[in-house]
Amino acid sequence: MIAETGLIALWLAASMALLQFALCAIGLAKGQDELFKAIRPVAIAQGVLVAISFLVLVWLFVRSDMSVKLVVANSVAIKPMLYKISGAWGNHEGSMLLWIAIMGVAGACIGIFERNLKAKTLVATLGAQAFISIGFYAYLLIASNPFERIFPVPADGQGLNPLLQDVGLALHPPTLYIGYVGLSIAFSFAVGAMITRDVGPEFAKAMRPWVLGAWVFLTLGITAGSYWAYYELGWGGWWFWDPVENASLMPWLAATALLHSVTVLATRDGLRAWTLMLAVVAFSMSMIGTFLVRSGVLTSVHAFAVDPERGSFILALLAIYIGGAMALFALRVGSVKEGSQFEPISREGALVANNLLLSAILGIVFIGTLYPLFVEGMSDEMISVGAPYFNLATGPIALILVAIMAAGPLLRWRRDSAKALLNRISIPVFLTAAALFALVLFTTSMSVLPLIGMALAAGIAVASFAPLWKRNLRRTPMHTYGMIIAHFGIAVALVGMASETSFTEEKLVAAKPGDEIMVNDWKIKFHAIEPVAGPNWTALEARVTAQYGDEAIHEIAPQNRMFASAQMQTSEAALLTRWNGQLYVVLGDSDEQGRWQLRIWWKPFVTLIWYGGVLIALGGLLAMIGRLRRAGRQKKQRAYAEAMI
Amino acid sequence: MIRILTLIVTLLALPFSVPLAAQNALPASPYAHQQLDDPVQEEKARSLMEELRCLKCQSQSIADSDAPMAGDMRSQVRERIAAGATPEEVRSWLIERYGDWVTYNPPVNAVTGPLWIAPIVLLILAIWLARGRFRRRKNSKKDAS
Amino acid sequence: MNRWLLWVPLVLFGIFFAVVAAGLIRPKDNIIESKMVGKPIPEFSLPAAIEQRPALATTDLATGKPQLLNIFASWCVPCIAEAPQLLELERAGVQINGIASRDTPADIANFLNRWGNPYVRIGTDVRSIVQLELGSSGVPETFVIDGKGVIVHQHIGDIRKEDVPELLEILEKAG
Repeated sequence: MIAETGLIALWLAASMALLQFALCAIGLAKGQDELFKAIRPVAIAQGVLVAISFLVLVWLFVRSDMSVKLVVANSVAIKPMLYKISGAWGNHEGSMLLWIAIMGVAGACIGIFERNLKAKTLVATLGAQAFISIGFYAYLLIASNPFERIFPVPADGQGLNPLLQDVGLALHPPTLYIGYVGLSIAFSFAVGAMITRDVGPEFAKAMRPWVLGAWVFLTLGITAGSYWAYYELGWGGWWFWDPVENASLMPWLAATALLHSVTVLATRDGLRAWTLMLAVVAFSMSMIGTFLVRSGVLTSVHAFAVDPERGSFILALLAIYIGGAMALFALRVGSVKEGSQFEPISREGALVANNLLLSAILGIVFIGTLYPLFVEGMSDEMISVGAPYFNLATGPIALILVAIMAAGPLLRWRRDSAKALLNRISIPVFLTAAALFALVLFTTSMSVLPLIGMALAAGIAVASFAPLWKRNLRRTPMHTYGMIIAHFGIAVALVGMASETSFTEEKLVAAKPGDEIMVNDWKIKFHAIEPVAGPNWTALEARVTAQYGDEAIHEIAPQNRMFASAQMQTSEAALLTRWNGQLYVVLGDSDEQGRWQLRIWWKPFVTLIWYGGVLIALGGLLAMIGRLRRAGRQKKQRAYAEAMI
Repeated sequence: MIRILTLIVTLLALPFSVPLAAQNALPASPYAHQQLDDPVQEEKARSLMEELRCLKCQSQSIADSDAPMAGDMRSQVRERIAAGATPEEVRSWLIERYGDWVTYNPPVNAVTGPLWIAPIVLLILAIWLARGRFRRRKNSKKDAS
Repeated sequence: MNRWLLWVPLVLFGIFFAVVAAGLIRPKDNIIESKMVGKPIPEFSLPAAIEQRPALATTDLATGKPQLLNIFASWCVPCIAEAPQLLELERAGVQINGIASRDTPADIANFLNRWGNPYVRIGTDVRSIVQLELGSSGVPETFVIDGKGVIVHQHIGDIRKEDVPELLEILEKAG
């Protein structure tokens, strides 16, 4: 009966979404304010019901209820609890339910907490949110019911692919979906605002926390995904410009632009149409990303769970939501004034530059990712677009962007002078020049982009803290600290990227037991190969010791794993982390003479890439909390002032 | 791990793929896993290998792929560069056989023209849009007065 | 801002939609065709794969008569599937040359004993050198070569029953 409870809850949630949409539509069309009062409870009810439905599915996986088809296909009774739970969203149907559940809960949150927005805009927002949800409900209920029963009931499940049991993979989808849903809320806000033509600082302030929240989760998702690919794939690479990676990068780029343009809208009431467009684009990019990943329309290393049929469904949703929103934009935005114009040298001027450069990068990634498909469709030719193109096309723009990022926070709103700016930024500029000079002098292997990147990072790292100069540190608002930490995180990541690209040392050796290999300051000794066994695999494990200079000797054990059931072979890299980099050792095959292939990398400061990513996310989190707290305080003050009157 | 998923996908997708084990019975080509002695040549070969696409994989460079044929290609690249060929000569030797698909660095021609122009067009568009947002100096003076 | 500019995003989305919808409908074959079709067969010389058949070199392929060049391997399952079709082509009088890809003499001999040997010559290509020269990306693959030694056709994947007449026709045209 439990599965049926979940299904009933899902149906009820879907009908609540329909009701919510109908109430919003009728309310807006007839301007009946009394209808508006009913909408909040309906949105909350929808959120509660869909959350129940999702929790029921998790419960079915925890209980290993083998009478449910989805559980049978994706779980087995003996499995660690974490993977039983993550099994619930480790498949197509479950992940769709997770998405819609997060969306429903987020809608409920708007219903409960949002009090600043004008009633009409709020209603239009919730209506748009319901409209998006209806598509997903329809798909789940009509085409891919997660609660479908199976008869006769099998003794045990077929199990999740043992290889998919990984903590990173268990947490990756929820992280990304929370980010995507956050952007869907921003999208709904934008659609709502376009319907009511009410675009201004109030609207921007209501949307901002959602954008920041989404951005934090997207940043974490990309950072974790990059590290996971780095250690799991065994190639020592952290970004491949693979279509699936680009699909996750594009929403992030759009969200980054959006969160900056929202600030302009909130502070200076400018960039109205632009912010609306970015909100539409940001959510579009997350839908397009999902589409590219699921449909298999592009070839990717990360492509699994590919199904063209699901692809056509998501594409249909894309056409309705994005096409609709863009048509609305064209029809409505003509009457929305873009707002005030800006001085080129001002805070808002820098933010406009940030937005346009981020959008240019987004455009390049988008075109580069889809161009091979376009060529295949238009001709018999087949082409590949990869790292060389993306690095060359986006690299220089990205470097200009980060240079502006260093200067932007030091500029005053409205109007500033170039001379004053140069004054404030003289130390970072000097540092960058000094770093550039030192790098040119003391290194040999750096190519232009990493060289400039690293020199800029030195300046940015200092410039990012400059907004604190001569300020009362305790009275500086939390969101300013958030910005500082996020910008500093960019500098940190930049150093990691430039260092990994320029200074990585690679050694491929065929080693006999007893052989010693020198890589940089590492003395690596290969002792023996030994068989080891895990629950569902056997492996050949290399006994290797590594010593950095005269420091302590560490034991590491790269493996070559064979999974019996699937006849698969994976290599498990062994990593040794120091403060100044990572040693990365992969075990290969043996040759006729009984020597073993070892791939050894020393990657100076590579970990800074992901530390940087975490700092960026942390900065976003602080900014979000700071904004929410300030909004809360202002509300209290207003209430107090009203009470006094 | 993803490499394995790739393998599964490849096995399902290509009608003429085979279990890895059978091809592995044969020793790898001499320079599939062995670096060139000259670090300058090895660096040239490595950067080139990162830009060449593995023929049997979903989306991997030959530097990253474990497929036996990728190993054979790596060996060819290293041997040719050791023999004095420039990376661009090796690349065009492969393009001649497999078309532009084989390189991740699309050569500039009629087909890829729009792709290479796109970044410049986008930048010009960005500057043009920015101009619309910024007040002209003259007006601003009037504004201020 | 100009009114018509506001429609640009929708138009761009329309283009995106058309491209991916077409990509979704189009069957995804992932087949990389050789660009050597229409060009002379590249210079190569391979040692004999088994004792019973002579070695294979470029000069053996420009004899004035159209021939087939088939790349196979004992570890390749579709190669077993196409074996009867190759024998049928042999019976039709077609001269078939083989290239054994990444294989050992013993395994090749076993394979041919079991599934039949349609080849007049078999070269062994243990390091995929000739395969790379030919622009071939897998096994099995079959090239049709005309009398002057020019590659006129590439067949990717196993030869099915229905492919035999087509191959015969191409061979005839090449002659």
